[in-house]
Amino acid sequence: MSGVDLKLAVTPLTTGVVGTALPRVDGRLKVTGAARYAADQQVAMGPAAASVLHGVALCSTIARGTLLSIDAKEALALPGVVAVLTAQDLPKLKKAVADFGTTSQPGEARLLFADDKIHYVGQYLGVVLAERREQAQAAAARVKLRYLTEPPVITTEAAMPTAYTPGTGFGGEPSYRRGLPEREFADAAFKHKQTYRTPIEHHQPMEPVASIAVWSGDELTMYESTQWVAGARSVIAQMLDLPVEKVRVISPFVGGGFGCKGFIWPHSLLAALAAKKVGRPVKLEITRQQLVSACGHRPETLQTVVLGASADGQLRAILHSSVSQTSTVDEYSEEAANVSRYLYRCASVQSVNQLVKVNIATPTIMRAPGEAPGLFALESALDELSYQMKLDPVRLRQKNFAEQDPLHQRPWSSNQLRECYLLGMEKMGWSQRPAKPRTLRDKNWLIGYGMATATHIGFRSPGAAKVTVQQGGRVLVQSATQDMGTGTYTILTQLAAAELGVAVEQVTVELGDTRLPPAPMSGGSMTAASVGPAVQAAAQHAIAQLKVLAARDPQSPLHHKRPEELGVDHGALFVYTQQQQRESFTALLRRLRLPSVVGEASVDAPENNAVSIQSFGAHFCKVRVDAELGLVRVAQHVAVLDVGRVLNPLTARSQGYSGVVMGIGMALMEQTRYDARSGRPLDDNLGSYLIPTQADVGDIEVAFVQTPDSHIGPHGARGLGELVFTGVAPAIANAIYNATGIRVRELPITPDKLLR
Amino acid sequence: MDAFSYDRAQNPADALSRLRRVPRSLPIAGGTSLLDLMKLGIETPPHLVDVNQLLWSRIEERSPGTLHIGALVRNSELAQHPLLKARAPVVSEALLSGASPQIRNMATVGGNLLQRTRCPYFRDLQSPCNKRLLGSGCAARQGHSRESAILGGSETCIAVHPSDLAVALLVLDAVVHILPQDGASERTVPLSEFHLLPGKTPARETVLEPQDLISGVSVTLPTENSRSCYLKVTDRALFEFALASVAVCLEVKEGVIQRARLALGGVATKPWRAQAAERALEQQKPSLEVFRAAAAAALREAEPVRENAFKVELSKRCIVRALQQATDPAPAGGAHPATGVAP
Repeated sequence: MSGVDLKLAVTPLTTGVVGTALPRVDGRLKVTGAARYAADQQVAMGPAAASVLHGVALCSTIARGTLLSIDAKEALALPGVVAVLTAQDLPKLKKAVADFGTTSQPGEARLLFADDKIHYVGQYLGVVLAERREQAQAAAARVKLRYLTEPPVITTEAAMPTAYTPGTGFGGEPSYRRGLPEREFADAAFKHKQTYRTPIEHHQPMEPVASIAVWSGDELTMYESTQWVAGARSVIAQMLDLPVEKVRVISPFVGGGFGCKGFIWPHSLLAALAAKKVGRPVKLEITRQQLVSACGHRPETLQTVVLGASADGQLRAILHSSVSQTSTVDEYSEEAANVSRYLYRCASVQSVNQLVKVNIATPTIMRAPGEAPGLFALESALDELSYQMKLDPVRLRQKNFAEQDPLHQRPWSSNQLRECYLLGMEKMGWSQRPAKPRTLRDKNWLIGYGMATATHIGFRSPGAAKVTVQQGGRVLVQSATQDMGTGTYTILTQLAAAELGVAVEQVTVELGDTRLPPAPMSGGSMTAASVGPAVQAAAQHAIAQLKVLAARDPQSPLHHKRPEELGVDHGALFVYTQQQQRESFTALLRRLRLPSVVGEASVDAPENNAVSIQSFGAHFCKVRVDAELGLVRVAQHVAVLDVGRVLNPLTARSQGYSGVVMGIGMALMEQTRYDARSGRPLDDNLGSYLIPTQADVGDIEVAFVQTPDSHIGPHGARGLGELVFTGVAPAIANAIYNATGIRVRELPITPDKLLR
Repeated sequence: MDAFSYDRAQNPADALSRLRRVPRSLPIAGGTSLLDLMKLGIETPPHLVDVNQLLWSRIEERSPGTLHIGALVRNSELAQHPLLKARAPVVSEALLSGASPQIRNMATVGGNLLQRTRCPYFRDLQSPCNKRLLGSGCAARQGHSRESAILGGSETCIAVHPSDLAVALLVLDAVVHILPQDGASERTVPLSEFHLLPGKTPARETVLEPQDLISGVSVTLPTENSRSCYLKVTDRALFEFALASVAVCLEVKEGVIQRARLALGGVATKPWRAQAAERALEQQKPSLEVFRAAAAAALREAEPVRENAFKVELSKRCIVRALQQATDPAPAGGAHPATGVAP
């Protein structure tokens, strides 16, 4: 790939538009419909024989059994239908490496069409291809599937006898222990033990997943809705047994992901195989209903939290165990118990994540995997302990603030959690919170206050970028990262403009194409931290070249100037000590007859074992609960976040709002239920999988405690997309308890759970 | 979805003849319900007759105190009708408590009465459902039944009728105007007799014969001394079907309830008029005890299944609250227009 590792010294920003509220640079494209998402891409405009065929996936309707036969006779006779392809028509796939670190992570270990066994409802059994999508859909409904059906295992309870401890997961070892938690608990002055449950939740991005596969000889181009073009290329190439250079993945706009577009799922391979077979491009759009099994979900968790505290409120023991569901064909662990290993100072901790296998599609990462359900349990439990101790829940957390990372026994890179608590209390008017539940009332409405801590690791991965300064003055920034609506286009524009000293209007950003310099998955809230420094370094590389060109050119006013004597602003190089002595990039390049200067950089994530990079925050929530009818309204929510530096307050605040809104959904309404006998999903549509409406969302304030974190990178910004979502649900649950005296330990908190 | 043909009717006779021409064809008005069901494969009409051009979109006072609402009146228009809002706010409140503005702009009064249940098993072709396929069984009874009916169910079916509007219309003694398939003169059926209990034939949901058309609904405007309201409890604030809802219309004179109408939604297999509750209210002075007695009477016949027992208590509380709102001498004001519940 083109990114040359220059090992540039990345220096901190001193000036520029970084940190200013630049409106989304891709906003106009999106609101006018000009932004092309995967399924919108126009391909192969040539002869009819090469035009796109529309595919509709054939899915298993049963949850467990054996496929006996597929009868497509009736479907094939329908108008427009070109082919019905099943396992026997298509070549076997090869196994891909499952290793996140090496840019290869299939969503499901079982290969598409591996055998005739059926493991869950929605498993792909084939694809119908037709000239038009409607024709393919009508035909798909006419394909007759015959099975040998076996009773599925669907509920955690039914699978519990076979619960087991899995291998090492994304978040480390499944089991962890320090100190003597049982003994400390036995001796503790205050004790708490409860079980908490979170349901299956689905990502429900606005844009469902889609693939268009276009073959040209042995070269494959895939238009994908993906959070990770590099990962998609790698997995697709491995599974099709192609050299990786033969595969190109394009994904310029992604309509939300939340993790379901992070790993590489079988629909992409189904599109590629089908296109190869029929010799025409194939567009495969996964429907909203099919999304329930197509690209993962957050699995159900059943968690037990045991807390022991001394008389003065010091945590002496935490025992946190979690059982989450995985499929029968892969091993995904939600790792909900991990947060208890590091969030609070406590010498004796046990944390265990176990799995049960059920006949439901394979789960996957979903916004703050592990932390989101784990904090619901831990932060609810701490709240319960605070009432038992008659101690303010903020005070309890302050008393147990971890001065350093208790898991790795090393300092935090930066930790402003205590400031988050204080600012949140002030903004919420925490002093009005009654210590005793069910105290505040306004007519039929009970009012309550709750809070919870937020936390998420500050990830960073290697990233590369290319910055081209063109003779005409325009700047092109390129990187194979993705923007799934978070604002990547915008912040990279700002970083490049600031570094080069040009106006943001001069900068164009190109993303989402494996032909561009490689970048990591847009997940783990790491895009700004990983790609931002690469853009900065590539811009500096371009500046360094411009300086050399000017210094060497006798006609330049900057002839013989050393690089350190020169600065950049307004699209020009200038002498620090003599600021009117300057030359614009354009003038320099034009005189030298150079079309452009290209800066490239590939920046590694700093190897840093001396500190733990972690983000923190605090959620404060005020709810109104109609005590008789069980209605909950989030009246006010304050999120105070410690994410290092904020690159753009507009996009950051938007992401903050989205996290709180999604947290309201998690707390009050989101869940996907399955029929325990058939394994069929009941909430595979937005009519019954409820997400918040405007009327469910009260006043939200998102505030930042800005302390740039030099350990994460030169711009000092840690990610925030996941951080802000963690802790929202328990803050709401805790506020509901404060309002009503009713403790709900099973999400979502629907009206029926509040009727007493 | 299967391929289907489509044409537009110019007038009622034209609509009936076009419907007769193709067996199993269906009329389409707003399409907010029918198109969904076609996409799910639950409705498979080979032919659709668009009736939107029929002149059934007027709201008019045909005789003093009787308002005729054309079958094609959009929910959004009905919700803002000044006379109805002033005299019987229950209708507007019920409409605004459901769906979204976009859906209400399309959905019609006639179509609203013919909505199909939201029971997830009915809407999943692969699950057993007697309403879809008689004899296949009721998956809800032993399955997820949280949203199922506690009133009016049978061994074969406990699916809830989802309409809010029909519940509100019941307390205005609404009458449904039907244009029969043979084009003979219009007949009328009281709304309380329009929907059928599932019994042993859950697929048959109304008294309509195939290809009959609803031309309108007429309602009796309550007297000056009457107050009406709609209260609904849902899993989210808006754009969701009721877990339980109540429509009431009370005429109170000299401190005594002269006339009571009370209907329940979200808990019954049809829009449910609770006559036992009405009897418990009439000739009584409004009080919490009276309201509770009425609520108890309304739910006396309730038959909850595994997951929906909470609906019995929830319905009672909704009834009491709605009655309180309808008799509150100084209405709180600022009640949420959609839920009837102050935020």
